[in-house]
Order: sequence, then structure tokens, then C-alpha cells
Amino acid sequence: MPSWPAETKYISHSTLRVDAPAKVSGRARYSSDIQAEGWLYGMILRSKWPAARIAKINLENALQIPGIKAALAVKEGESIVRFYGEELAAVAGTTKQACLDALRAIEVEAKALPFVVKENDARAEDAPRVWPNSANAGEGKPKEQGSVDQAFSECAAVIEGFYTTPVQLHHPMETHGCTVSWTDEGVTAWASTQGISSVRDGLAGGLQLEQSKVRVITEYMGGGFGSKFGAGVEGLMAARLSRAAKAPVRLMLTRFDQALAVGNRPSSFQKIKLGAKADGTLHAFELDNYGTAGIGGGSSEGGGGDVAIPAPYIYKVPNTRVKHTSVAVNAGSARAFRAPSNPPASFGMESAMDDLAVKLGMDPVELRLKNDPSAVRRREYDLGAERFGWKQKYQKPGSSAGPVKIGVGCAGATWWGGGTKRTQGEAEIHPDGGIEVRLGVQDLGTGTRTVIAVVAAEILGLKPEQITVKIGDTHYPPGPGSGGSTTCPSISPTVFDVCTQALQQLQAQTGVPDARGDNWPAACKKLGTSPLVVHGQWQEGLSSGGAGGVQFAEAAVDTETGQVTVNRILCVQDCGLIVNQITLESQVNGGIIMGLGYALYEERVMDHLSGVVLNPNFETYKLPGMADIPQIDIVLLNMPERGVIGVGEPVTIPTAAAIGNAVANALGVRVSSLPITPAKVLAALGKVPPPTAKPA
Amino acid sequence: MKDSNADGFGVQSRRTFFKSVGTAAVTAATASAQSVAAELEKANAEKIVGPGTVPVTLEVNGVPLRLQLEPRVTLLDALRNYSSLTGAKDGCDRAACGACTVLLDNVPVYSCQKLAIEAQGHAITTVEGLAKNGELSDLQKAFVEKDASMCGYCTPGFVMSLTALFKKNPHPTAAEIRHACAGNICRCGTQPHIMRAALQMVGATGAGPTTEVIHA
Repeated sequence: MPSWPAETKYISHSTLRVDAPAKVSGRARYSSDIQAEGWLYGMILRSKWPAARIAKINLENALQIPGIKAALAVKEGESIVRFYGEELAAVAGTTKQACLDALRAIEVEAKALPFVVKENDARAEDAPRVWPNSANAGEGKPKEQGSVDQAFSECAAVIEGFYTTPVQLHHPMETHGCTVSWTDEGVTAWASTQGISSVRDGLAGGLQLEQSKVRVITEYMGGGFGSKFGAGVEGLMAARLSRAAKAPVRLMLTRFDQALAVGNRPSSFQKIKLGAKADGTLHAFELDNYGTAGIGGGSSEGGGGDVAIPAPYIYKVPNTRVKHTSVAVNAGSARAFRAPSNPPASFGMESAMDDLAVKLGMDPVELRLKNDPSAVRRREYDLGAERFGWKQKYQKPGSSAGPVKIGVGCAGATWWGGGTKRTQGEAEIHPDGGIEVRLGVQDLGTGTRTVIAVVAAEILGLKPEQITVKIGDTHYPPGPGSGGSTTCPSISPTVFDVCTQALQQLQAQTGVPDARGDNWPAACKKLGTSPLVVHGQWQEGLSSGGAGGVQFAEAAVDTETGQVTVNRILCVQDCGLIVNQITLESQVNGGIIMGLGYALYEERVMDHLSGVVLNPNFETYKLPGMADIPQIDIVLLNMPERGVIGVGEPVTIPTAAAIGNAVANALGVRVSSLPITPAKVLAALGKVPPPTAKPA
Repeated sequence: MKDSNADGFGVQSRRTFFKSVGTAAVTAATASAQSVAAELEKANAEKIVGPGTVPVTLEVNGVPLRLQLEPRVTLLDALRNYSSLTGAKDGCDRAACGACTVLLDNVPVYSCQKLAIEAQGHAITTVEGLAKNGELSDLQKAFVEKDASMCGYCTPGFVMSLTALFKKNPHPTAAEIRHACAGNICRCGTQPHIMRAALQMVGATGAGPTTEVIHA
């Protein structure tokens, strides 16, 4: 079985992001920057009704607008729309302004239908049905292990809580969309995607073309976080418009569109009962959870986004009863979102753990050390507690003096990850010493290009800047979609194999015994006139999954305004073999900051009277800004024997739970609902009336 | 657009409109409402442009860019859709994310909120204009060295906001750096490394976030 070199020059060190110069100078061409010859602007008309029967879409007037080259309905004939923002029609024209005029000129004959957009409203017997033939609340069957009712009676301490998490929106900085050119030769799509292969297959399927006739190119893209795997209605409409207008069409969503129809993280309403023996050993657990994935997880293209969450998350409890109910509402469907189902699971369970610790009179870290089955995570709690100063900082809940109270909290994570076995790649070595490494993968901001350069340079004894990395094209050997923290463990072993084989072949062909490093140019020269092309694929034994990770948070809560300020987050993360430290640090920061947004600011707000999304833009859907960022200290456990592990997901999972626990520790009462807004803090303190959400 | 032009106020800023109304109000004691309206119409008549395209000349990165645009085209769309300068990004199109930030006479502005016709006569600097003879600016180099970009879509906006700050104030405090970035959003979470890059510019050292690697 292959193994990583013990002594390394680049792996586990820091190589600067290879495409950073292009990004800071504006040279990087993102999918939304593509200006294909003769390109047209494309836009989508969306339903203004949360539910309606569409009788007719009249495009005649739109086609009369000067500059408009094509206008198409998404569906022919009568149809039903089920959420505000569902796609109705699309136009393509020579200018954005012509398209804006055209959208206004489209006449839609529709009959509004009853709708429901709130989870609790949708669960009512007489609620309007989102889907005519099934109840909104798909009651799951309770799954029981052991004997839960009896076990609770055996517990020394039992807590009950109702922990809720909101619908969170992905909001990558570059919206969904693409430029598509459909000619007699086939389709070329420059897509903002985290899965060029899945977009190719989606376009081929949706347009009834052979997959070989569709090429997807993604040189640079502006983030995805799980929402950009499919071709999407926008991709299919861009292609259809291109064929109708006989010109390439660039169709990027607006930020407004982005909030309605291209995915979200489902909400959760978790009724948790947790019991332990007097020594803190967990003994009984019960979860009754419901939440919404909109019209249904994965109902719009892209997949993912189930309501069910892992419970009792990272802990082993001998007696458990768990039930999940997916509640359909008239809103855009959920999609995979960075560590799907884990952040809500972590928030519910880790909140319950802290509530139990208070009831038992135990230190929350001690309770976790007692019950966490993972030796790696237990070690991380020890390391983290020491570096965080936990013993000095942890006080009895609510005992911090003054109007601004300080509190601390912690939480843990787990993530499966692992590499994709079908990943392939190739290297082309030129007689002049140039080398190009090609993989059909894409870089969504994680540093994929840099990882490829680092691994190739290590194996070949070259410098990372000598490696030309080519990715983001379905003409290259197939790579994985970038999701689930699988990219790094997929591509690193693949590049290892490609370069190891390339080196062997180069040496065999040229007779140079060791072609690495200084010998490289002479060996390449011996290739004569034709370059050497070598294929390789993912190899077992160089990567794995199953990362843990724990985080500690310190928060300051102003009991007069309700404002929460996170002062510090400490993250202890096992990484397997660290490939490139500086880009890894960026990943860790990014996950934590996304978790901070989930903890304090982010929530899609629906209006139950009109059925619309009330905050479809950044001035109302709040993300953490520069002034909100705490000090983030990072401790990385480099464990080469585990091979390469991706960490994009685990680092975002426990942040919100740790912050929630810090706020509860500061106040002495828990704000059990994310986001922890000033209003909820003041309500928890009894200074303003409580919010209305209650378990049914 | 057509409607607002018919009113005669289409190309006036709110401030000049209220200013002219205010002047008119002083004279209103002696003049009839009708003559005030006539005066206003006269004052504004020569400024009306559109709704068709008009010639627009923008001075971008020191180079004149001659375009034929509808007056309602924003500076951002003029750059991204009518020239090859796609460095300024379209993140929200309504002054909430800062990805489109450019400099107008060294002042950072949201180019999505500025009409191209209004940007005429100003020196416009985009992210493409910062490197000189292919060499990145010191701030751009600091961004590279501190890994201050991830997906990179927000990066040009942050770079422009901070470029403006350093032009105005070469030795900003950490608080001033944060304030300068208040109008920029990043979803990947590059803010800590952007801070490092900006602090490197002022040679700041001392306590900050730490990273420790434990070889297990």
C-alpha cells in the first residue's frame, strides 16, 4: 500500500494560494465574468405568488422589447407554482435593461391558491396542503433503542428543552448561474458550480443530449457551500435561450433570486429530554424533531437537505427514542449546506448537555469527557481547555458581575468525509521540463489548485510554482464534486498516484535513475519531441474520514441591550495529514465565521400573510461583518498516519452550539433558539415578552 | 425611467432638487406656483438625457473608455458588461455587499449605485488598475502573503476599500481598518486574514490570533 513521504518539503508546510495573485488583481475570470462572443444577457421571471395555478404565460409583449432575442416559459401549458420565487419564464436580450423591461412586459394569468409558510401553521389539521396528495407533516416513525421510559425513571438528573434553529441561506458571494452556448456541436456551459460533472450530467439529461456533447468549464467560481451541484433551472433555461437566440446567454441570478429558490439549510424544532446517572453517565435520551425543507429537500435541482438530524449526535446513550417530522411549506426547497444536518444536531444536543451539566452541578467539559466516546475528541477537550483557560474562566452560570456578562461554552463535532474512489487525473510532462497536472475538479475557494500543486511538487521534487494546474473542465479526467469535505482526500491521493507513475515512466523511458529535483530538466529533455502523458487514480491508504474537532467560545452579553459579542473562539481540530497549512487555516476561520453567523444573525424570515421571503438581501439577511469577528485561535492536530482528511465541514459544526452555551453561561438562563438576537436575549431575561414559538 | 424624465427630475440628484425647490420657495411669496414650475422646468430641461443610449466617456485606470449606454446603466454594469474590466464584482446590485467597490477620485464607492453617466469626469480606479507594470501593489501582495482570499469574489471590493483607506491614512489603527471594511461582506470567512494583511501594511505586530500545530 502506498504511503506519504515521512520527510516533506511542501506537504504540511505553507504554500501561498497559487491563484491568489489572479484573485487580488481582478485577472481571475469567474463564471459570471465570461464574455463569450456575441453573448446575451439572461434573466428569470419568478412567481410573485407563494402558490398559484398558472393558466397562461404571454410572452408576446416581451418579445417586442427592442434588444430581446428570446423569451421562453419554463413549463408549457398549465402548471402549479408552490413557492414565492419559483421560476416561470426567462428572457435573453442584448442588455440587462432590455431584459428588465421584458420581465415587466410578460403577462401571467394565474389563480392564487391557499398557502402556508410557517412550520407550526403547516402542521395544523386544516392547513392548506403544499402537495395535494400528502399531509404537510410527514410524521416519521419513532426509533427506539433500549427502554427509554424506564431509563428516565432510573436517572438522577433529567432535563427537558426545546431548541430551535432557523432556515439558513447559503448566499455565496457569486450567485448561481452560468453562460451557456448551445450550437450544432453541442453545449458549452461556463457554470458557477461545485460539481462540473454533475452539471454536465444535469444539462445533458434536461436537454436530452448525449453527455459527450456537453462541456462544463469552471475556472473560477465564487463559493457554493453545498448549493451549487446541479445545473439548476437557470442553467437549463440559459441553454434553451441560447438555442432559441442562436447566441451564448449569460444568466446569473440576482441576490434577490438567490434567497428564494436555490437552496437553504432546513429549520429544526427539537424537543429534547436527556437524563444521566448521578456520576454524569448519560442514560436516556429522547428527541422529537420537526423542521422544514420548504417544498421538500432536494425538490429543486441540487439534492440534499433532509430534515432528519443525527441524534444524540456524538454521544452514546444506551436508551434512545428519536422521531423526525419533515414539514412541507410553500418555500424554496432545501439543499445540502456545509455539514448538512450537523450544525442543528450539535446545537440541540450540546445545549442539552450544558443544561444537564448545570442540573448535575458538573463542569460541562467534565461531563463531555465522561461521555464522549471519541478518544481524539477527549484529547482535544483536554488540549483546548488548557489553552483556552477553561478552569479559570468557567464560573457558575449567571455569576458574572455587571451589566455586560461574560460566559464560556464548548461543543464538539464529527464528520465522515473521506475520498471519492473514482477520482482520476493525468500529468503531461514536456521535453522543456514543463509539467501540467489536470483533474476534472473545481476550486470553490478551498485551495484545490494549491493542494494539487503542493502534492505534485512534493512527489516530483519540484517547486509548487513549477506545476501548472489545470482544473475546472469536464474534458479533464473525472473528479469529484466539491462537497462533504471530500475534495482534499479525493485529489491528494490521486495526484500522488499520477505523479508517482509519471515519475516512474519518465525514469523508465529516459534511463535517468532519479528524475526528481535537479535531475528533472535533463530527464525531460531526453523525452525528445513528444510529451509524456500519464494517467493515475485515487489510491487506498492515503486518506480517510471521520474527523472530530471541538471548539470553545467566550461571549460577552449586554443585559441591557441584549447584544451578544463573541470575544474569542478556540478551535482544536484533528486534520489527518495536513496538506497545506495556510489554506487550511483559512478553511478553519471560514467555518467558524459561518457558524458565528448561524449563532447570532442568520435566518430566512417568511411572512405568513403574504407568503414572501421578507429578507431576501444582505441589508436584512445579516452576515458577520469585519467588526463582528472574534479572535480565532487554532490548534491543529497533524496526524499523518490517518492520511488526508477534509475539514471544511467539521470546523463549522460546533461553533453555534459553543456560542449558545457561552451565552447561557453568561446569563444563567438559556436562549434556546438560533439566531441569538438581542430580542431573544432580553426575552430570556424577562425584560420583553417571550417569542411565540412553542412545541405543539 | 421614462416617467421620471418626463417630470424633469430624472437626472437631478435629490440634493440639487431640494435645493432648487428651496430657492423657489423663497420667491414663492411673490411668484405664482405656475411660474415656479416653469422655472424648474427651464433649469432642468438641458440636463435631460435618455431614455435612448447616449455617448458616455469614462476615465478608467487612466484610460478613456468610450461607450454608448442607456442613462440608466450603472457604472458596475458599464464595466462588467460593456468592457472587459470584470474585476469589480456583482454581489448584490444594491449597495449591501461591497464586491463592486471602485475608487472615484480615490474615494471608495459602490459602483452598482452610481450611474455610468454620473461617473464621467471622475478618475475611476478598478482593481485592475492597482498593479503597475504587472507588479502587484503592496496591499495586493499582503493579501497574497496572508492568504486573504478564498473564493476571491469579494476580494476586489476589500482590496479597493483598503486601498482607499491607505491612500487617505497610511497608518490606520485596527479599528480604522475594520471601519474601512464595514461596507464589505465575505461569505468564505477571510476577514481574519484580511486583517492580518492590512496590519502587515502598518507593520503592526503583537497579540493576535494564533495557530499551533501539534504533531500527534
